[in-house]
Amino acid sequence: MLEVKDIHTYYGLSHILFGVSLTVSRGEIVCLLGRNGAGKSTIMRSIMGLTPPRQGSVVFSGENITGKKPHHVARLGIGFVPDDRRVFADLTVGENLEISERKGGKLEPWSIERLYDFFPPLRRLDSRKAGLLSGGEQQMLTIARALMTNPEFLLLDEPTEGLAPLIVSMMEDQILALKEAGLTVLLAEQNQRTALRLSDRGYIIDNGVIRFHGSIEELRANEDIRRKYLLV
Amino acid sequence: MEIAANITLSALAQQFLVGLSRTTILFIVSSGLSLVLGVLRIPNVAHGSLYMLGAFLCYSISLFFGGGSTGFWMALVLAPLCVALISLAVERGLFCHLYDREHLMLLLFTFSFMLLFKDLVKLVWGSDYRSLSAPEILQGSFSVLGMPFPRYNLFLLVLGPLVALGLWFLTNKTKIGKIARAAAVDREMVAAVGINVSWVFAAVFVIGCFLAGLGGALVAPTQNITQGMDHTLIMETFLIVIIGGLGNIWGALLGALIFGLTDSMGVLIWPQFAIVFPYVAVVIVLMFRPKGLLKATW
Ligand SMILES: Nc1ncnc2c1ncn2[C@@H]1O[C@H](COP(=O)(O)OP(=O)(O)OP(=O)(O)O)[C@@H](O)[C@H]1O
Ligand SMILES: [Mg+2]
Repeated sequence: MLEVKDIHTYYGLSHILFGVSLTVSRGEIVCLLGRNGAGKSTIMRSIMGLTPPRQGSVVFSGENITGKKPHHVARLGIGFVPDDRRVFADLTVGENLEISERKGGKLEPWSIERLYDFFPPLRRLDSRKAGLLSGGEQQMLTIARALMTNPEFLLLDEPTEGLAPLIVSMMEDQILALKEAGLTVLLAEQNQRTALRLSDRGYIIDNGVIRFHGSIEELRANEDIRRKYLLV
Repeated sequence: MEIAANITLSALAQQFLVGLSRTTILFIVSSGLSLVLGVLRIPNVAHGSLYMLGAFLCYSISLFFGGGSTGFWMALVLAPLCVALISLAVERGLFCHLYDREHLMLLLFTFSFMLLFKDLVKLVWGSDYRSLSAPEILQGSFSVLGMPFPRYNLFLLVLGPLVALGLWFLTNKTKIGKIARAAAVDREMVAAVGINVSWVFAAVFVIGCFLAGLGGALVAPTQNITQGMDHTLIMETFLIVIIGGLGNIWGALLGALIFGLTDSMGVLIWPQFAIVFPYVAVVIVLMFRPKGLLKATW
């Protein structure tokens, strides 16, 4: 469904990704593991068109989306949940969802109502300014906001970062529920436990280069690799 | 020196109303400036030129429709729309390609447009001043506590709150307004939910420029329409936006009130030096609230 081929991405003059390739098939959860600064977020930004790669290509559902504007990429069915959450702080929770609403998509359509069923804590926060929410609530809102665009594919950047353990496991359950609902997910994580629990396959990235990829069983078994690239 | 001698209640009331009508114009123009500054992050120095253009267009369009009341009302509607149309062309043709540049670039760019518009106005209308009279129904004055108060100013006093209400509705109740508020803070995420930010910016820019044109058209019957009428105004509106809080249209309202009222009250207290009062007020505000009175979107 998504095919990233040999991309090189830069921030200004600094070269961050060195020929990254990865694929995600329909219905999978694929994780992207790597230390701080390894390049996980940059891969997501490259796919989304926020920081377009200078070389290489990104193909989504058979369409070459390399260098397409972010709003085109979003309209093609890719939802983006950034790591720093970035809710629209001045708008209420309801307004955050309202402006993100986009009809279409091939899966069962999301509505504000259905999202409040999916993330029950958001319902009573409907008229609260998003900037005033707790970290966990903001995380739910960013995912909900991405879902309002009715994506088939979700880029989830460290969705459990900085959350309390109880919320982390609730979030994990919800991500699995999204998979059940037919979404395909590329998940960036530093938290190995979350990644190993949720994913079907995994990639390990270090210093802008993919060092390993394989099924989650292989990844679980291969402790050397994990120690080498993931331990801080 | 006769400072503050014999200020009567009626004179006070009269000057207060005069100040409020000045506030209306200042608010309309500076809210547009603030909107563009807040959402697009463009410090549009040419905003004052659009105000001037609005005034000249109001004059010419009014003549085109035979002057008089009909002419004026047609011009009041059409002049700001023409200004909006011109700004749309400028935005789509030029500014929309420059949003990623740094602020200094944008500032210089709008500065060059200020010069351009200045020459354009000179070319079309020459350097003579023009004047336009208010429609009959708004001519003359009525009395407030025994002092005459122009009817046209009353019209401005009614219009000011209407524009404020319209802006409130636009920014808080319409989808485009909500999107604009989101884009003011995080345009990347607005794009990431599938919204073409470029068109949102165009719409906001055009609305902001429309307000400049509207201010110019409204001021046309109250003063001479001249080449230099943009100079003081652009300075005043930038100060208003700064003391109100960059990008905050309610800040612009507050700033315009402070500016308009200190100006008119100054005339009463110390006529020879009336002009310094608003500037002193600005300095005082900035001493205590360097970032402006209300929350800036920057
Ligand atoms: N806007 C930017 N400008 C310049 N360099 C950047 C920018 N954003 C990230 N970088 C650099 O790019 C490299 C990769 O960053 P990236 O955010 O992709 O890492 P990450 O794997 O997502 O890390 P984290 O786990 O901390 O989120 C880092 O060295 C970082 O310093
Ligand atoms: Mg990251």
